[in-house]
Amino acid sequence: MTSPALAVTNVRVPGRDGVFDLLVADGRVLELVAHDAAARYPEARTLAGRGWLLLPGLTDAHTHLREPGQEWKEDIASGLAAAAAGGFTNIMCMANTSPVNDNAAVTRLMLRRAEASWPAGPRLFPVGALTVGLAGRVLAPMGELRQAGCVAFSNDGEPVADTEIFRRALEYAADLAPVIDHCEDPFMAKGSGANEGTASARLGLRGQPDVAEAIQVARDVLLADYLRVPVHLAHVSCRRSVELIAAAKKRGAPVTAETCPHYLLMTDAALFGYETMAKVNPPLRTDDDRAALLEALRAGVIDIVATDHAPHADHEKETPFENAKNGISGLETALAGLWELVRRGKLTPEDVVERMAWRPAAIFGLPVNRFAPGDPADFILFDPDEAWVVSPENLRSKGKNTPLLGQSLTGRVMLTAVAGVIVHTLDPSA
Amino acid sequence: MNWPHKDLLDVSQLSLEDVDVVMRTAASFREINTRPVKKVPTLKGKSIVLFFAEPSTRTKTSFDIAGKRLSADTFSLAKTGSSLQKGETLKDTVLTLQAMNPDAIVIRHNASGAAAFVARRVSCAVINAGDGWHAHPTQALLDLRTLLDIWETVEGKTVLILGDVAHSRVARSNCRLLSMLGAHVRLCAPRTLLPWDAEALGATVFHEVEPALEGVDAVMCLRLQLERQEAGLLPDLREYANRYCLTSERLRYAAPDVKVLHPGPINRGVEIASDLADAGNSLILDQVASGVAVRMALLFLHITRKDKGASL
Repeated sequence: MTSPALAVTNVRVPGRDGVFDLLVADGRVLELVAHDAAARYPEARTLAGRGWLLLPGLTDAHTHLREPGQEWKEDIASGLAAAAAGGFTNIMCMANTSPVNDNAAVTRLMLRRAEASWPAGPRLFPVGALTVGLAGRVLAPMGELRQAGCVAFSNDGEPVADTEIFRRALEYAADLAPVIDHCEDPFMAKGSGANEGTASARLGLRGQPDVAEAIQVARDVLLADYLRVPVHLAHVSCRRSVELIAAAKKRGAPVTAETCPHYLLMTDAALFGYETMAKVNPPLRTDDDRAALLEALRAGVIDIVATDHAPHADHEKETPFENAKNGISGLETALAGLWELVRRGKLTPEDVVERMAWRPAAIFGLPVNRFAPGDPADFILFDPDEAWVVSPENLRSKGKNTPLLGQSLTGRVMLTAVAGVIVHTLDPSA
Repeated sequence: MNWPHKDLLDVSQLSLEDVDVVMRTAASFREINTRPVKKVPTLKGKSIVLFFAEPSTRTKTSFDIAGKRLSADTFSLAKTGSSLQKGETLKDTVLTLQAMNPDAIVIRHNASGAAAFVARRVSCAVINAGDGWHAHPTQALLDLRTLLDIWETVEGKTVLILGDVAHSRVARSNCRLLSMLGAHVRLCAPRTLLPWDAEALGATVFHEVEPALEGVDAVMCLRLQLERQEAGLLPDLREYANRYCLTSERLRYAAPDVKVLHPGPINRGVEIASDLADAGNSLILDQVASGVAVRMALLFLHITRKDKGASL
């Protein structure tokens, strides 16, 4: 056996009894061994795990890094730093940049920026546009985009209204990479940021009904079933969508779906006081929707949790509600948020690993660490008991726009490594 | 006088006692408006900014007159001709106003929650003169003052709010205030002009006008914004008038001495028949008169709440 260069000692692993040491060589997992076996390799650098949880590096299938074009909100360097701090070792960035990522030059620019800013940092996987300019009329050059490094295609934020075009895009993409669809009927109260319900009625805000999402989910799952081509549904937010996805999966339609931490943890009651930090698209829904999403995640009807990390500058949120931008900065609070559900007994640690690491990597064909020999040594050390307060100062993202500001979270990423290289640590001795 | 509120954002913040204070103060100010010299020195040296980011004639004029009759200096800031048109954010406008140190800011804005946004950022009183679809508390209070000039109490009375409730801050505030005081509130509009879960506003909902009018003591008509037709919420004005216009014929379903109110400006022949607007049971012009008195009361209460020895 190759001798390990790095030994992460004294860690616990979800789903396995006991205490372990992780042995790493050449950026890959050598072996997960019983604790103290690492002592056999005195030449290896030792990283004290302090009894923390060893989790695989997480994969975020849905981020907005804003570069090129909106660097005042975020750029690739700050987005990667936020990813590392949040425990993400793979992140996928959406195409709604300026210019839009609808050609290989933009894809290559993104990848070069990532390489230049942080060669050993979290891996960036661009999502190419599904249609040119996200305009929903002409198919983007998806072959060229894939060749340049795109791992999926999406019109995120500007869903394709024309079903004929969307059908053809799904068919064309089927042999290249998965299609991610932001499900929203573009004519029904587009992006108002407030669920149509009691809260919107009382606040006098234009409501965005859950059926505006579910109608599009219905279209997409029917197409996936009919064409037998895959579609991945982004940020599912409501019970009606969950029921449609469950039925489609039962028929064997090649459908996968994601939700986000905020839909699992918050409801539209967060809007009272016109809280623009809780303004997001799709909007926060009701408690019934929240419960349905959680159940669907446990059952695997919802496959993964993604952040929909949507950083904005302060002045873009410090406005009256209807003028505020939609979006929550989510990379750095996602894992602690999900762990809240673990603490409440709603999810298991294994669920979190499956939904935030293994399953998203599998859907999009990204590097994944299952702690088998030869797997990339992408891992995090997570202290489930560490309490911390979310503040602008301790977020690496330029986007400080989270409704969790000022709140205390329990559970913190203490260290993140990509291919055996430490990219984030709160442990000064590491 | 110990007025407990820095700002007036909506009627929902008021207690029954607060409402009573406003009603009594307004009644005492009304007398000033009938004097040959309609001015008292109560707010001399105080400054009031009238910040109207949305077109308004009657509300703005009403506040302007109210301030001037109390000897305050009033300053207007409208959207056109101001830096708002040059892309200044509301936050920056507000910070600029705050730096000028006014005693009160009266704000009208097209965004729901705008008054609360401003109130959080300034130390002076903020009076909401209408924010988006959310609230118009001074209108609700002046409507109440108008009704209390006719009735001893609104408790047990049935009031119909007729028209475009969905987009109406007047409807929301009136609904809250009247229910709080024990009146039975009815809402009537086609479903496209009602908010989601309209019953949650504390009212009984009707979609046809005749049953809605059955036995009511007062009808508040709402202005129909002409752009609702373009948004696909109704076929056309003729169709709307056919189904929902308040006419003398329809009014026969109401109680014999029914009163008719309208916040103005009215679309004659659309939401209210022309003859009804001018009829004896119309309180539309009484509302305008109450408006000045109620706004005098609110400016007085908010601006002098911390002054020692302030009196009428």
